[in-house]
Amino acid sequence: MNVIETSGLGKRYGRTWALRECTLAVPAGHLTALVGPNGAGKTTLMNMCVGLAVPTAGTASVLGGQPAGSPAALDGIAFVAQDAPLYKNLSAGDMLHLTRNLNRGFDRPYAQARLAELGIPLKKKAGKLSGGQQAQLALTLALARRPRLLILDEPLAMLDPLARQDFMATVMTAMADDGVSVLLSSHALAELERVADYLILLSRGQLRVAGEVDDLLASHRVLTGPAAESDEYAGQFRVIQARRAAAQAHLLVRADGTDPDSGPVPPGWEAHPISLEELVMAYLRAPGDAELPGPSLTQHNEPTEVAR
Amino acid sequence: MTVLTMPAQPAQDIKLRPVPWRRMAWVTWRQHRPTLISLPAVLGAVAVFLWIAGLKIHHDYAVLTACHPFSSNACQTLNSNFNSTDWTMANTINIFMNLTPALIGAFAGASVLARELETGTYRYAWTQGFGRERWTIAKLALLAVAVTAAAGAFSQVFVWFFQPFLAQEDLTVFSATVFATHGIAFAAWTLVAFAIGAFAGMLIRRIVPAMAATLAAYTGLALATWLFLREHYPLALVTSNPNIGGIGSFNVNDPWVLSTWYTGPGGKPASQSTLNQIFALFPNNGAPRVKETLAQEFAQHGITVWFRYIPVSRFWPMQFVEAGWLLALSVLLIAATVWLVRRRAA
Repeated sequence: MNVIETSGLGKRYGRTWALRECTLAVPAGHLTALVGPNGAGKTTLMNMCVGLAVPTAGTASVLGGQPAGSPAALDGIAFVAQDAPLYKNLSAGDMLHLTRNLNRGFDRPYAQARLAELGIPLKKKAGKLSGGQQAQLALTLALARRPRLLILDEPLAMLDPLARQDFMATVMTAMADDGVSVLLSSHALAELERVADYLILLSRGQLRVAGEVDDLLASHRVLTGPAAESDEYAGQFRVIQARRAAAQAHLLVRADGTDPDSGPVPPGWEAHPISLEELVMAYLRAPGDAELPGPSLTQHNEPTEVAR
Repeated sequence: MTVLTMPAQPAQDIKLRPVPWRRMAWVTWRQHRPTLISLPAVLGAVAVFLWIAGLKIHHDYAVLTACHPFSSNACQTLNSNFNSTDWTMANTINIFMNLTPALIGAFAGASVLARELETGTYRYAWTQGFGRERWTIAKLALLAVAVTAAAGAFSQVFVWFFQPFLAQEDLTVFSATVFATHGIAFAAWTLVAFAIGAFAGMLIRRIVPAMAATLAAYTGLALATWLFLREHYPLALVTSNPNIGGIGSFNVNDPWVLSTWYTGPGGKPASQSTLNQIFALFPNNGAPRVKETLAQEFAQHGITVWFRYIPVSRFWPMQFVEAGWLLALSVLLIAATVWLVRRRAA
C-alpha cells in the first residue's frame, strides 16, 4: 500500500506555482523525510495530502487510494502542522478531551500516560507550556488517534536539541509499536539522516529526488581522478555534480539499477560511496532536471504480495 | 503458486461511521465558553435592570394616566417629568437596543472562524476525523441557536419595559426603532447579525476587520429594511374609508399609512388643478377659507381619498414576514460560510 500517491500534483498561489508536476508514491512503513530549503513547497505538498489545500492541478490520494481530505483519509491520518497549533486558552486536559470528541477513536490512557511521562500537567493551559512541551502535546494528541499515517510539518524547528531527541524517540516508538508510517518535513536534513529511510527532496516547487534512502545511496558514488581527464569521462556518466580542484576532480555520478561497485571505474580513478547529506546538497545545487532519478511510481504501484 | 492481489484498501471496505454530531456540543461549549457565559450574563444583568427600572416606569405611567383633569398643573408636571426623566433613559436604552444585534454579530459571530484562521488553529480543527464541513455546521448552528434564544428572551423583557412609551411618545409598533426590537424581530435580527459575522470572519479571515465589516453590513441591511423594504411586505390594505386613523393626530393604534392618493369621478386619477384649488382653501397656517370640512369639499368635487396602510392588527403577520426572510438570509449566509470552509482551503 502506498500511504501517499500524487500524480502531476500542482498548486498555484496567484501567479506563482508553490509546487508543480509532482508525481510521487510513498510506500507504507517508512519514515519519510520531506526535505528542501525554505519555500520549496513542503508545506504545500503536506497541506494537499491532508486536504487543507485543494490542488490546482493533478491529484493526491492517501492510505491506498483514499482521496486526500475525504472522511476516510481524515480518519486515518494525524497531522501536526507547523508550530504545532493548539488552542492556547485550553488546558492540556481539555485539548485531550477536544481531540477525543473530534475523532472516532482516541486512546485516552495512552495520551494520559504519555503526558504524565513527559511531565506535562493536564491542568496547565496549552499556551503556557514550553515550545517543546507544546510540540510533544500536539504529537501525543496525534498519536493517540492511532493513525496509520502521521504527517509532521517542521516539528523540530522550535525544539532544542534535547527536545528534538525526545520528540523523535516518541515518533520512532510509535513506528515500532503500531507500524504507523511517518512523513516528516524539515529544511535541515542532519537530524533526520539517521532515522529516515525514505527521502523526498523538493526545491523551488519541484520534486528533485524521491526514493528509499538505501537505493539512493547505492546508486550514487563519487569518482575521484585527475582533473585533466574529468571532461573526457564526464560524458560517459550521468554526472550530478562535478567539483574540480587544481589536480583532482570529484564527480558525483549516478548508476541506475546496476550495482555501483561493479560499475565501470576509469583507470586511475577511485570510486567512493556518498553520504545522504552530500547527496541532498548535490541535488539541491544541481541546475537542471535532466539527471534526476524519476519517481518510482510503477515500482510501488504493482500488485504486492500478500502475507501467506 | 503465489497469490497476487491489489493492496488491501480497508478504509473503503469498511463503511466509515462518522463521528456523532452530539460530540460537537461539548467542543462548542468548551471553545466558546466566554461567549456562551458572558452574553447571557450581560443580557441577564441588563434585563434585571430593565425590570427594576420598568417597575418604576409602569408605576409612573399608571399615576399619569389616572391623573384628572389632564390639563391641571399637577398632571402637566407629571407628564413633563415622565417625558424628560423616564423617556430620556428609555430612549437611550432603545438606541442601544437597536445596536445590540450588530454588537452580538461582531463579537460572537465574526470571531468564530476568523480566530481559527488568524491563529492557525484551523490546521488542527480541520484535519480531525470529524470533518471540517460538519465541524462548521455544528458549531455555527449551536452558537446561532444559543445567541438567538438569549436575544429573544431578553427582548421580551425590553418589550414590557418599553410598553408605556408607545402611547406616551407618539410611537406605534410600526415605528422604525420599535418594530425591530419587538415581537420576534429582535431575535431574528440577532441571528442574521451572527450569520453576517460568521460569514465575514470566514471571508476576511481576520478578527478586527471582520468585526468592522459585520457592523457595516448589519447597519446597511437594517437601514435598507427600515427605509425601503418593510413597507413592501405584502400585507398592506387599501381603503377609501377615512376613519382608519393615523392622519393628523397620533394614537398608539394608528395604522402605518404607506401612501395616499386621490381619484376623481369615474375612478380616474383626480386632476391636479382641482386638488390644488381645494388644498388652497385649507392653508397650513391659518383658518380654513370655507365653512365646509376638507372631506365635504372632496365629496362636492366627487373626489375619493385612498389609503394604502398596514393596520396594527397586522403586527404579528408583519413580524413573521420580517423574521421569515431574516431567517432565510441567515441560513443562506451560514450555508455560504460552510461552502467557503469547504472550498477555500489554505
